[in-house]
Amino acid sequence: MAYSDKVMDHYDNPRNVGKMDDTDDSVGTGMVGAPACGDVMRLQIKVNAAGIIEDAKFKTYGCGSAIASSSLLTEWVKGRTLDEAASIKNTEIAEELALPPVKIHCSVLAEDAIKAAVKDFRTKHAADQQSAVAVGE
Amino acid sequence: MKLPIYFDYAATTPVDPRVAQKMSECLLAEGNFGNPASRSHKYGWEAEEAVELARRQVADLINADPREIVWTSGATESDNLAIKGVAHFYKNKGKHLITSRIEHKAVLDTCRHLEREGFEVTYLEPGSDGIVTPEQVAEAIREDTVLVSIMHVNNEIGVINDIAAIGEVCRAKKVFFHVDAAQSAGKIDIDLEAMKVDLMSFSAHKMYGPKGVGALYVRRKPRIRLEAQMHGGGHERGMRSGTLATHQLVGMGEACRIVKAEMHDEQIRIGALRERLWQGLQDIEEVHVNGSFDKRVPGWLNVSFNYVEGESLIMSLSDLAVSSGSACTSASLEPSYVLRALGLNDEMAHSSLRFSVGRFTSEDDVDYALAKIHLAVDKLRELSPLWDMYKDGVDLTKIEWAAH
Ligand SMILES: Cc1ncc(COP(=O)(O)O)c(C=O)c1O
Repeated sequence: MAYSDKVMDHYDNPRNVGKMDDTDDSVGTGMVGAPACGDVMRLQIKVNAAGIIEDAKFKTYGCGSAIASSSLLTEWVKGRTLDEAASIKNTEIAEELALPPVKIHCSVLAEDAIKAAVKDFRTKHAADQQSAVAVGE
Repeated sequence: MKLPIYFDYAATTPVDPRVAQKMSECLLAEGNFGNPASRSHKYGWEAEEAVELARRQVADLINADPREIVWTSGATESDNLAIKGVAHFYKNKGKHLITSRIEHKAVLDTCRHLEREGFEVTYLEPGSDGIVTPEQVAEAIREDTVLVSIMHVNNEIGVINDIAAIGEVCRAKKVFFHVDAAQSAGKIDIDLEAMKVDLMSFSAHKMYGPKGVGALYVRRKPRIRLEAQMHGGGHERGMRSGTLATHQLVGMGEACRIVKAEMHDEQIRIGALRERLWQGLQDIEEVHVNGSFDKRVPGWLNVSFNYVEGESLIMSLSDLAVSSGSACTSASLEPSYVLRALGLNDEMAHSSLRFSVGRFTSEDDVDYALAKIHLAVDKLRELSPLWDMYKDGVDLTKIEWAAH
């Protein structure tokens, strides 16, 4: 299997590897995939009061393309709003990394991971929004 | 040091320079290029002499009579000739065969083909140590069983079956016994005068001979007969037609001569290298040996690194030529059927590596590999959410993963 230079770059120097405290209210966590399928991604985002993603971390069990897809994604989501992050398409990732057809699923998994992280953050804050509304009344 | 370092002697071996020398003497006009079947001139006689010497060298390695050796293009052809040859010749006697789940594809696919022709095949499950027992074989034999085919040494895990004991069972029940010895010949002693094996397959390129040549041992007493699979000029007593490839056969013969003379010392040296590798892995957590540790050929080690994904492991070990337990050519990783048959889950099968050392492996090679393996496993575990969870005491089998 020949990997593109970009995949190799992310694989050799993965960006933003790490773990955030998932009980922290400002953190959203998305974990997708399954060990039996050969890949599991955990993507975490830290969101500031203005709703902007300040930081992102990942850990991935998977092939080089899966590692590169998640590494790239952490770079892309920083500085974006939740809506912007959740609208990143797997095709953009696949294109940027020049993934071969058999590795497209890695980019799909990365898209699933950011969507899951955004959803987790929103679920955590669903209650605040309701109380905010209540205060406004 | 030549990179990547070769740790895949189970896949194939380089040709020994002494073998290459002998082979090169059988090609050019000044050399021994004649057709061994030419009876009317010196070119033919000399070629025949060289081929018959090679036949004796093969027979000597396994304590057989040269007349029991049939040349083939490799172990794949030998397996095909043995299994189809017996099944077809004795089809009126019975149409049941016995083999195991972890045979080489040359045996398994041949059996599948016979099933399509109306034969019935029983596939024995090895134990988690990768071994098929004589008791399992005895239980599976029926009235209509004609052939049992069990490999001597498995190519993925290097585990050795007790073929002497299985041979006793087969002979007592009057069932023919074929053994694929592609991975054992030249590594462990084979004595076909003592062992009750009727057919045995060999390949030259697993013992420092050339690719594309092998042999099938066909016992004379008690006699076993085969239906030819390749028809033509009636070479090899009608069992396998085709002009004999003098240079290839001479190469296989010389490879057998060398390995017979040097096997015992060589296997001690190779066993020490494997032990050095294994000891060097001891400080890595969650490393598991696949297949029996004790009943294996000296040079082979198949290990799984838990919580590390196999393809990325291979990627970070690009300076080592090792074989992986998964074929990662498709979107859905195919874990090795051999490791699955031993009861490994997909993750462990995916994270397995087969190291096989051989004649040209040095201690420095092993030390270099150990350094690379440590770096790779550390890096990938640092990246692995599964490793985090394992370290946090999470039971991964209790998690409901979203399949995708
Ligand atoms: C156990 C076993 N049988 C058969 C074969 C096939 O041998 P050949 O490549 O000579 O056809 C191999 C090697 O690939 C093997 O390891």
